[in-house]
Amino acid sequence: MTVTEKTANAPEPGTDGDKKAPLLEVRDLHVEFHTREGVAKAVNGVNYTVDAGETLAVLGESGSGKSVTAQAIMGILDMPPGKIPQGQILFRGQDMLTMSADERRKIRGRKIAMIFQDALSSLNPVLSVGYQLGEMYRVHQGLSKKEAKAKAIELMDRVRIPAAKQRVDDYPHQFSGGMRQRIMIAMALALEPDLIIADEPTTALDVTVQAQVMDLLAELQQEYNMGLILITHDLGVVADVADKIAVMYAGRIVETAPVHELYKRPAHPYTKGLLDSIPRLDQKGQELYAIKGLPPNLLRIPAGCAFNPRCPMAQETCGVDVPVLHQVTERDGTELAGRGSACHFWKETIHG
Amino acid sequence: MPDVTKTPGTAAESAAETAAAAGEAAVVAAPASSGKPRSLWSDAWGDLRRNPFFVISALLIVLLLVMAAWPSLFTSTNPRNGDLTHHFLTKPEYGDVFSADWFGYDKQGRSIYARVIYGARASISVGVLVTIAVTLLGGLVGMIAGYYGGWVDSVLSRVTDIFFGIPFFLGSMVILVSFSDRKVWVVASAMAFLGWTQIARVMRGSVITTKQSDYVTAARALGAGTGRIMFRHILPNAIAPVIVVATIALGGYIAAEATLSYLGLGLSEPTISWGIDISDAKDSIRDNPHVMFFPAGMLCITVLAFIMLGDAVRDALDPKLR
Repeated sequence: MTVTEKTANAPEPGTDGDKKAPLLEVRDLHVEFHTREGVAKAVNGVNYTVDAGETLAVLGESGSGKSVTAQAIMGILDMPPGKIPQGQILFRGQDMLTMSADERRKIRGRKIAMIFQDALSSLNPVLSVGYQLGEMYRVHQGLSKKEAKAKAIELMDRVRIPAAKQRVDDYPHQFSGGMRQRIMIAMALALEPDLIIADEPTTALDVTVQAQVMDLLAELQQEYNMGLILITHDLGVVADVADKIAVMYAGRIVETAPVHELYKRPAHPYTKGLLDSIPRLDQKGQELYAIKGLPPNLLRIPAGCAFNPRCPMAQETCGVDVPVLHQVTERDGTELAGRGSACHFWKETIHG
Repeated sequence: MPDVTKTPGTAAESAAETAAAAGEAAVVAAPASSGKPRSLWSDAWGDLRRNPFFVISALLIVLLLVMAAWPSLFTSTNPRNGDLTHHFLTKPEYGDVFSADWFGYDKQGRSIYARVIYGARASISVGVLVTIAVTLLGGLVGMIAGYYGGWVDSVLSRVTDIFFGIPFFLGSMVILVSFSDRKVWVVASAMAFLGWTQIARVMRGSVITTKQSDYVTAARALGAGTGRIMFRHILPNAIAPVIVVATIALGGYIAAEATLSYLGLGLSEPTISWGIDISDAKDSIRDNPHVMFFPAGMLCITVLAFIMLGDAVRDALDPKLR
């Protein structure tokens, strides 16, 4: 049974929206932070959609606005200093930004859940993991302590924590990093949400554990037919799991593409730079490519294309006009589905 | 890259080395019985049990509490019975070393030993009552100010500042002077009314720090409401410094009650308290120092016991402060 069917049969608050609308649609989202030094524009018009069962990877370096977008979707942005001057976040066609605080709270956890980067600091150190997992059921479904604990054990089994029954009363610091991240995943999964946002779920883990956790996440996503937004700066993590990728730079999406297309033929100089800076075995002994310069200060984003001061292909127009997200086409003009590039010279970039 | 799988992590709160080792052992030996789970509080308790200062102060406090609850266990003499033939007698003068009244007698011939024993109740009651009231009131104000921030915080913090600005003794004297019959609860209320600011400030700071933790954001992201976040997620993590400050302050309140009683504005007769006895003894201190020595000594021991307990609790709850 998929989650979509369940909600169709028994409509719950916040879900009586348009069933044909995409699961989540972000439209022209802007987020700014009012600081002493001025207004930091963290997100400048982001658009993306996620459907049920689909994985969108949002890729970008630190400060590109990927996490802030996720926080805006979850409604956990600190406001003030944060502010959303314009934009819409549509969950099944309903704008979450215009909902009441209570309506939004009912969506959190139940319909949209989030997995955080650092599981140790995201789990309450004074409460046992069983309590924290069970809390989901007690808060949202009003189960008794005993029932909630049984459910917690079931969840721990599902994310393959060995000896769940014995470990349910343990505290977060008694688990290893990978196990803790599984508990975070279990918490997010508890109420079988329609959408999960994973904010760098594997960054704090070592490489072997990273692979296990990503596999688990992908498997559970398929099982429940959930939408998944995977926020990461690790190109390696995305390749196997994601369906499509959105690359962010300075609060904008600079390129969108189905995952393998992006690796094969990047259509934006920034993406190209990122891919060229991955170390490869066949280039042993050669100097590794690096994108020159630093990411822009969000208080003073360069005029025109934000990437132009670092871009090897920059021309005069790049410092003046902000490029829109162009539809990327083949040389002969056939449209490439789902591909877009916010570069004035995307043709030159993709077709050489 | 740090070896995350093995390190229990820096934030493992009071997990001193022992706990860390236990945690690691539990991770390794998971499928076997991993023993009793260790919470922050059970870790703290483990630390406390091994701290000699805690053991000494806790034993003293238990003794004092028993004394306060059942003074007749310690003496059969009526502390209010004055026998003027015993006027200022000390033990060596009347000879019997093993007498029930081996602290001697005061000006009115009352047994100092009995008065010291019966005085514990008033002194400790004031201390405990003030601490409870202050923790509840200050804790609530601090929690609300810290959690909501913004204008709520501004208003509550200014109110706290105003109360903080009133000199504690001057303020309590002004209040207490208008009561002729100053019972324990009157003195305790006056002191609590002026004393809650410290706890409120500590609580506010602690809540602001805790509020920014990832697990609070995570709880919010998973749909927890305000009350649950405040009391289930923030409070248990923010309460430790408040407990420490309150325990240390308890000793201070007992001393403050004695000070007020000495000045004649604390508890009033017929209540028996160490402060009143110290006050009575002041006129005869040159000739008969023993009359002041014993109640003052008990007061010092009690205050010291609570301060030592507070220090031990602080060390156990936050090893970083040691």
